[in-house]
Amino acid sequence: MPLHHCELCHIDLDRISVRRGGQILLQDVSMHIHCGQLTVLIGQNGAGKTTLIRALLGELPHTGLIRHVDGRGLDIPHLRTGYVPQHLQFDREMPVTVRDFMAASLSKRPVWTGVGKKNRVRVDEALAAVSADGLADQPLGSCSGGELQRVLLALAMNPAPDLLVLDEPVSGIDRNGLKMFLDTLLDLKAKHHMAILLVSHDLRFVREYADHVVLLDKSVLSQGSAAEVFASQEFSAVFGCSGEEEEAE
Amino acid sequence: METVYSILGTILPLEAYQFNFMKNAFLAVLLLTPLLGLLGTMAVNHQMAFFSDALGHSALTGIGLGILLGLRNDLVAMLVFGIIWAVLICVIKQSGSASADTVISVFSSTSVAAGLLILARGGKFAKYSALLIGDILAVTPGDLLWLLLALIGTLILWALLYNALLLTSVDHFLARSRGIRTRLVECAFVVMVAVAVMLSIRWVGVMLINALLILPAAAGRNIARSSRQHAAWSVVLALFSGLAGLTLSYYLDTSAGASIVLVSALCYAVSLAVRSARR
Repeated sequence: MPLHHCELCHIDLDRISVRRGGQILLQDVSMHIHCGQLTVLIGQNGAGKTTLIRALLGELPHTGLIRHVDGRGLDIPHLRTGYVPQHLQFDREMPVTVRDFMAASLSKRPVWTGVGKKNRVRVDEALAAVSADGLADQPLGSCSGGELQRVLLALAMNPAPDLLVLDEPVSGIDRNGLKMFLDTLLDLKAKHHMAILLVSHDLRFVREYADHVVLLDKSVLSQGSAAEVFASQEFSAVFGCSGEEEEAE
Repeated sequence: METVYSILGTILPLEAYQFNFMKNAFLAVLLLTPLLGLLGTMAVNHQMAFFSDALGHSALTGIGLGILLGLRNDLVAMLVFGIIWAVLICVIKQSGSASADTVISVFSSTSVAAGLLILARGGKFAKYSALLIGDILAVTPGDLLWLLLALIGTLILWALLYNALLLTSVDHFLARSRGIRTRLVECAFVVMVAVAVMLSIRWVGVMLINALLILPAAAGRNIARSSRQHAAWSVVLALFSGLAGLTLSYYLDTSAGASIVLVSALCYAVSLAVRSARR
């Protein structure tokens, strides 16, 4: 009998630990990330949120198991991840359009020879799916923070991932842009039924949108629904107040 | 080769191109400038202008070591040393032990000093001073074949690597998350630049080689909006500077390499004006 009782596929993190230079960055992190759900990782700076993401993406050596499991608890051999970084640090003067940038990742044809008809359509469709139509021919460097996030989301969605990972994608975007971005995300979640793991500092947003919340500080302090986690003692210990007070701020 | 010469004689009815050495130089420029112009676009995007400069300097050490080891072919010595040097800089840069320009500076000065030490033994440096300024008028048909092979090889590798390099230049971590082996891709690029630089250095010279790699790409960058435009402008400006510089040098009786670089610099100035006029 599997320990979990969910009907659908999920990503099973089993006692993930990361050590570097004698320091423990993560200790025995175990959690499930379900498909069709928005799982939000919260915690203070330095709690290991980004470390966990990098371990999940295979960027950092770690111990413990990451399994992609179907509804019957059987292993699915491949886990395709899509990743949306916190921000891009690049030379904004670079003569690269959004279309070049997208086509360089989606197709084999070198983009200095141009972007073929088929790939033009592919890029347009990918951008339209995240309500970023019309950005394709803009230079990448002239995109605003919110526009860049959409482009990165469009990229992470192609090819369609089993797990979409977003590292604080909502920082540096105004309230309006944020609402739009999150609605797009929920839309994608409903349409593709993929698992989404998101790091966030915005607790108001967490209560409103998260299906599952994980409070992290080197290891998992508390997890469950937003209401459960926000009411926990561990939450007050970490954030210095109850979830209700924090939201009222 | 005679056929090529007679074709050139027909399409270039200039006094300068009556001579075979000018025809050879013309063909060399035709092969060399697009090669460097194309590679330059990425060198500029990856902010490697200083790196390629250091690479050019290392040719001195390459030739020096070739002499010490008794190699008869300078080119082989330069190529082998250049590639090793380039990969070494690349690996040290990626290990992140010191900031990139410091690492490159250390490598650059070391290789210049080592090269001078060997080449200037017994006051014989004058023999090699041609290497500093290059002599494109000395190109032979055999050299042209090498350049042609390099251009074809570069185009093939460039087609395979370009997209990965582009993503890497935008964001390493993102590129890696999409399955690109960024370190390998960067090293492969650096080796390509090393080969191109070493093949052209006898014709362009240690002091000017970097200008041919960087100036057209930098000028193209001021005008272009997309990757395709960048590549196109860079190649067109490199070709234009090369051919205009070579032709002018004949009539003005000036150094070909220096004339080519000055025309490139002029193109760069114009590109800056175009850019500021657009804003």
